[in-house]
Amino acid sequence: MNDRTRQFEAAAMPHLDAAYNLARWLVRDEHAADDVVQEAFLRALRYFGSFHGDDPKPWLLGIVRNTCFTWLRDNRGAAQTAEYDDEIVGEQREPGIEPRADNPEQLLSAKQQSDHLNTAIAQLPPVFREVIILRELEELAYEDIARIAGIPLGTVMSRLSRARSYLRAAMLQDTKGTSDEPSR
Amino acid sequence: MSRHDERGDAALNASIRSGATRHTAPPALRADVLRAVRHAHPGRSPQHKAWQQWFGLGAAFAAGILVSWLAGVLQPAPDAGERIESQVIAAHVRSLMPGHVADIASSDQHTVKPWLSTRLDFSPPVNDLRAEGFALTGGRLDYVNERPVAALVYLRNGHVINVFVWPEVNRGGATRKPASSHNGFNVATWDQRGMRFWAVSDLAAVELNGFAERLQQQDGAGT
Repeated sequence: MNDRTRQFEAAAMPHLDAAYNLARWLVRDEHAADDVVQEAFLRALRYFGSFHGDDPKPWLLGIVRNTCFTWLRDNRGAAQTAEYDDEIVGEQREPGIEPRADNPEQLLSAKQQSDHLNTAIAQLPPVFREVIILRELEELAYEDIARIAGIPLGTVMSRLSRARSYLRAAMLQDTKGTSDEPSR
Repeated sequence: MSRHDERGDAALNASIRSGATRHTAPPALRADVLRAVRHAHPGRSPQHKAWQQWFGLGAAFAAGILVSWLAGVLQPAPDAGERIESQVIAAHVRSLMPGHVADIASSDQHTVKPWLSTRLDFSPPVNDLRAEGFALTGGRLDYVNERPVAALVYLRNGHVINVFVWPEVNRGGATRKPASSHNGFNVATWDQRGMRFWAVSDLAAVELNGFAERLQQQDGAGT
């Protein structure tokens, strides 16, 4: 293994989880996400010579993002009809919610809320989903998100705002269906 | 926590951060990626196997010297050549901004060539034409046609010439006009020895053509 590969590994491998997370959320398919991440990393390796910045994470996520959108474009039919894979949600790390041993009802509702949230995010159109994931889960700066998504800063803000409105409305709707109301 | 009234953004963001799933890469994927990255590296040979593997180019450098005088090859997409032309012009103009022209500032081809080769997955031919009045002033990494490329920087009577180089197979096709003009810049393109060259400058077309001709003669005669 030569120097360049070593440098690339050091720069890119720490961000494999972030890359996979973004890919999973965008393509909504476990196997496609695997393929996309591998393809993106190989592309990133080829382009590594032109990476001049300090932080490889946004650079790498930009390549992952573009590879995802190419996949979405090429698999338009599959992407639209695919349901969010609920089984996979259960296999992943538990969301960071503190369980309250004294209040099992609250615990149940936290898990429910988490599922609703995951579903709501998954149902966002991809361009809204990506900014939410990059901002709230990857905690990237607005400038980095703008570069990754290839949009102006203002568009990042407005898409985040609209995405949040979508999510609020979706959560509201879901809760009305699962609250203590007598009938749906 | 089951209340879902209108929330402020802060509350929603907090619930996303704590409630949405953060997927982690499965161990098998991590192993696959590592393996792919380590095997993809082309090593020291310019026949970068990863490039071929991913784009199925086959024996890219099997043929001998390919000299198509100012024959920029048109790819299957009819306007690909124009797209690349505007990209190299943009890259050229960007390079003229202060401090942006060279990553490695040296007039020694034996310094510039290895500097570029170790940072790209190919080895660009670097020639010195000082005797003909075109001084090599340095090299730069650039990005054209969705790939990293080498940019060799020459100076002629105060005019900067950028020569963008990347590996490409001559697929045959119509020839382009030599040294065509675009917004005050002249652009010439040719293929040689499995590499595609694009030369950009505000130098007069006649002079740029002469420069291109000399570069091709040097490259054809040299190693």
